[in-house]
Amino acid sequence: MAIKDYVRERFFPHIWCAGCGHGIVLNGLIRAIEKLRLNKNDIVMVSGIGCSSRITGYLDFHTMHTLHGRALAFATGIKLSRPELKVIVPMGDGDALAIGGNHFIHAARRNIDITAIVMNNQIYGMTGGQYSPLSGYGTIASTAPYSNIDQSFDVVELATAAGATFVARSTTYHVQEMAEMIQEAIVHKGFSVVEIMSPCPTYFGRRNRQGDAVDMLNYMSKITTPADSIAREDNPNLIERGIFIRKELPEYCSAYDTIIQRAKEGK
Amino acid sequence: MKDKVKFVQGNEACVEGALYAGLDFFAGYPITPSTEIAELLAFRLPIGGGKFIQMEDEIASMCAIIGASLTGRKVMTATSGPGFSLMQEALGYAIMAEIPCVIVNVQRGGPSTGIPTHVSQGDVNQTRWGTHGDHSIVALTASNNQDVFAMTVEAFNISETYRTPVVLLFDEVVGHMRERLVLPEEGDIPIVERLKTSVKQGVDYHPYLPREDGRLPMSDFGGVHRYNVTGLYHDMWGFPSDDPGVVHGLIRHLMDKIDNRTNQLVRFKDFYTEDAEFLLISYGSAARSARHIVERHRRRGEKYGLLEMQTLWPFPYDLVRQKAAGARYIVVVEMNSGQVCQSVRLAVDRPERVSLANRIDGVLISPTDIQRMLHVIEGKGV
Repeated sequence: MAIKDYVRERFFPHIWCAGCGHGIVLNGLIRAIEKLRLNKNDIVMVSGIGCSSRITGYLDFHTMHTLHGRALAFATGIKLSRPELKVIVPMGDGDALAIGGNHFIHAARRNIDITAIVMNNQIYGMTGGQYSPLSGYGTIASTAPYSNIDQSFDVVELATAAGATFVARSTTYHVQEMAEMIQEAIVHKGFSVVEIMSPCPTYFGRRNRQGDAVDMLNYMSKITTPADSIAREDNPNLIERGIFIRKELPEYCSAYDTIIQRAKEGK
Repeated sequence: MKDKVKFVQGNEACVEGALYAGLDFFAGYPITPSTEIAELLAFRLPIGGGKFIQMEDEIASMCAIIGASLTGRKVMTATSGPGFSLMQEALGYAIMAEIPCVIVNVQRGGPSTGIPTHVSQGDVNQTRWGTHGDHSIVALTASNNQDVFAMTVEAFNISETYRTPVVLLFDEVVGHMRERLVLPEEGDIPIVERLKTSVKQGVDYHPYLPREDGRLPMSDFGGVHRYNVTGLYHDMWGFPSDDPGVVHGLIRHLMDKIDNRTNQLVRFKDFYTEDAEFLLISYGSAARSARHIVERHRRRGEKYGLLEMQTLWPFPYDLVRQKAAGARYIVVVEMNSGQVCQSVRLAVDRPERVSLANRIDGVLISPTDIQRMLHVIEGKGV
């Protein structure tokens, strides 16, 4: 199938600003699903609130646009109810890790077979550029006009510590790599997290003097490096890209099936 | 017959009612005095192939049942005051997206952590207005185990019929009190199954286009119709819209589908109200004490009556006005500062007849308490 077979064309053009990375994530997501030849009726996509969360409306799957931060909680109900469905949850950084931080770590801990995609643009874009838990120390935002004194999370470390069994990071500059990671994350049986660094030229870029959309994309290639590369020995500040965790642990819905079995047998 | 008679807590009667109604998905978080509901369902649900999950908080619990309901399950969560406060945002989502679900609130004293192991009926108005924005809600209550069972079944039936969340507003005394429960046979109480769409694959399905009778046939997530569900104002396809006509049409639909059916949704019990000069109005555990008083006075030939409310929302204004028409005194017996009393005053003619007999200290209002207050109301002193 072609890309257009996966989108709801009547809702285009999309709402994202010119230069926003989220459209590239949308493209990567569709490429991944297309490669896997998944049936559209088998895919449920659940999102929360924010720029990133509008992605669900553009896609021709079963789509649910929920509450700020709560997408993973809704998705958990859907997945546990119908484990045969592929459940994908695209979230923004504020959505996933500030208001939704608790749901994020607990979904990871349960190892429920959901694919979480964190579209990290380091800012609350929908509300006009307030600092997020991933903005970083020293950045400027509308609610940090002098300088942001909040330290940021490392999504990969957080997801790993919380128990996610697949953890990866890429950027919207690295489109092929990103699509491949999403593909592997969807295939992985268990809770998978893919952080995708996605530029917000309108708010983050402008306030932090990162140039225009193209400059910001190029910047992402400069500040990242493949995991375990030699480049990091020279510059330890480089952010690693790649698949960091891929392991097998009992998946929640499968484990619950054994509970049903035990309950029926009375033990 | 023997195994159909049980000696159980109200919380267990609720579990029995829910399973009888077809509950097959529960998400919850431990909180006194509702916890037994979660514990019992963790044990009972998987036996029948249903699903139970303990979520990380009440917000997540409410969200999880909404998600599961969309896939075709009959769902429920159970909580008490603080947890009910946390559920309010997602409760509004279920109202907006018209997702059937049942929320049990076994009331304890508030505000805040309040008095967790003691009784209160302080969440009546929160149930009506807790989530933001204009909306309507259905809330049922009960005073004994048999009615807890019946109202729980009713809650599922109403929820499925009107695609709306229904709140079961029990209280600590009803939830924890042990008494007899007779389990009805299968088929004794009608069960409403979800109305599924008859639209075939490949034909345009409009998830939010009501039928002539106002009902919305559903298609399960994972089925042949792919559509969008959102908490935003939305059109008949489920896609966001800020068109004033769409917004107005939807908010009217959401309120009218409940408010215009108040008469169909009203459940109550009636004890000697016909000729009552002294009309007590009560609900939940408080209604047991009120009934005791009424029976005592009737034995002496005094014209006391009780209207036991089982539907609290939508408020049965017509019923209350009608029952109160001939009464000299109307006394609302409840364990809060007059939340139902307030609505009763709005409902009746000559509201100066309405008095409140209440306790707000975590102690069940007793027949003696009510009797003393009645003396004061009549001007006879304590």
